[in-house]
Amino acid sequence: MTALIELRGAGKSFANRTVLQAVNLNLVPGRIVTLIGPNGAGKTTLVKIVLGLLQPDTGSVQRSVQLRVGYMPQKLHIDPTLPLQVDRFLQFANADTAVCLAALDRVGIAHLIKQPVSGLSGGEMQRMLLARALLRKPNLLVLDEPVQGVDVTGQEALYQLIGELRDELNCGILMVSHDLHLVMAATDEVVCLNQHVCCHGTPQQVSVDPEFVALFGAKTALYTHHHDHEHGLHSGVVNGATSGLRDATCSHDTAQQAAKEGSQPDV
Amino acid sequence: MYDFLFLALFAGLGVALVAGPMGSLVVWQRMAYFGDTLAHGSLLGIALGLWFSWSNSIAVVVVCLFIAGLLIVFERQHLLATDTVLGILSHGSLALGLVALTLIPGARTDMEALLFGDILTVTTAEVTVVWLMAACVLIALWRLWPSLLAITVHEDLARVEGVRVDVVKAVLKLLLALVVAISMKVVGVLLITALLIIPAATARHFAKTPEQMAVLASIIAMLAVCAGLAASWWLNTPVGPSIVVSASLFFVLVLAGRGYRPLA
Repeated sequence: MTALIELRGAGKSFANRTVLQAVNLNLVPGRIVTLIGPNGAGKTTLVKIVLGLLQPDTGSVQRSVQLRVGYMPQKLHIDPTLPLQVDRFLQFANADTAVCLAALDRVGIAHLIKQPVSGLSGGEMQRMLLARALLRKPNLLVLDEPVQGVDVTGQEALYQLIGELRDELNCGILMVSHDLHLVMAATDEVVCLNQHVCCHGTPQQVSVDPEFVALFGAKTALYTHHHDHEHGLHSGVVNGATSGLRDATCSHDTAQQAAKEGSQPDV
Repeated sequence: MYDFLFLALFAGLGVALVAGPMGSLVVWQRMAYFGDTLAHGSLLGIALGLWFSWSNSIAVVVVCLFIAGLLIVFERQHLLATDTVLGILSHGSLALGLVALTLIPGARTDMEALLFGDILTVTTAEVTVVWLMAACVLIALWRLWPSLLAITVHEDLARVEGVRVDVVKAVLKLLLALVVAISMKVVGVLLITALLIIPAATARHFAKTPEQMAVLASIIAMLAVCAGLAASWWLNTPVGPSIVVSASLFFVLVLAGRGYRPLA
């Protein structure tokens, strides 16, 4: 398959501090690649290189001539002094109201078209940003922390939507995420970044990689704790190699995850 | 007989017209301090103009453009916070301007007119310059409006979507310099920013789109110019401050009439 973007040995430093070194990244149509890594790992820098906002100091970036990027930024702060409704926000990407409405409808918030942007909830805001990215008719979506500020049910719905969009548009997707658990279910390939690519592969491969465990294992592992109810029912499911990395009382999500993956005991 | 009054009104309305959209952008992009810096720098422009016997407007534009250029350079360096750089440029140029004006041999300058405006002595030529410059700035804003809004909302997103962010930002600073230069005669060095931001802030309460806010701000600024001139005529108060007082009154009235409700 022809790559949309291919990075070979990309490196970047700011003021003599190396932020990225020797990064290889290959984005192809129809595949979701998720970028994870601790703060300061260079995720933002790598995203900016993919977007063409930054040039790498070393290495090369190959872009397909047909490349059209839809970008969903990490956070949108609209100053309250700027009166801006959802339709007007989308018109920056496409002036046609009908097209904008269709995009909003696709992400499930067509009813919000006349709402002020500053009044949207976290999930609505992310969907609006996604709609704007779609308006570019992209073959590559770059989503920087797409579920930020969204509650856990909303996160699952959003990841599901992203998966559907990938199938419909057959576009490549590059996602940045902190939320290791949910994103693992929604991705084809994980790239674990800590200035260099520590490890990459399918979620199953990466989650047992020693470098990944060293970075995330002790603290956040594959998962964060979102729910507030008791769940003794699933506690028996957690066992095997990675169970020691997780809080034993919080096995609910892990069990769901395992079920979704077709019972992978180690995920 | 009342020619001078009409000239003053024309000059004021020209400035108010362009102050609407420009003031809105200043509010959205939090450039009020930058506007102040340019305004203070224009005093230095007057001094330079007297020194080299240039026309005032040309000298003011030159100095404002120079300060805008300096700021663009400083911002790229990232050595100091922007407000620190602005503080240095703003007060440095104000002080230098005041000193230079007293040092120029034979120059008898009316400091009050410079600081608070002197719209009643405006000449036909000056009114023409005001309207020409206002027209140029409005046309430029019109052309750049989508890009200006896009970078106000999110710079990187705008850049990915093909907006030349650095160029647009630089042009906005230069346009603001032009607006400051033509506003100087109307409200004076110290009050220029007020004429930009108060009508825009007032208009915010009624606007649902950025365009509504810009147009309403122009109308409010024009009303403030009329009210200020009228007040000055009947109460014998200085015109520039009267215009700003009128604008402030509108703002307070709108705020009081509206009460505390979230903005649309």
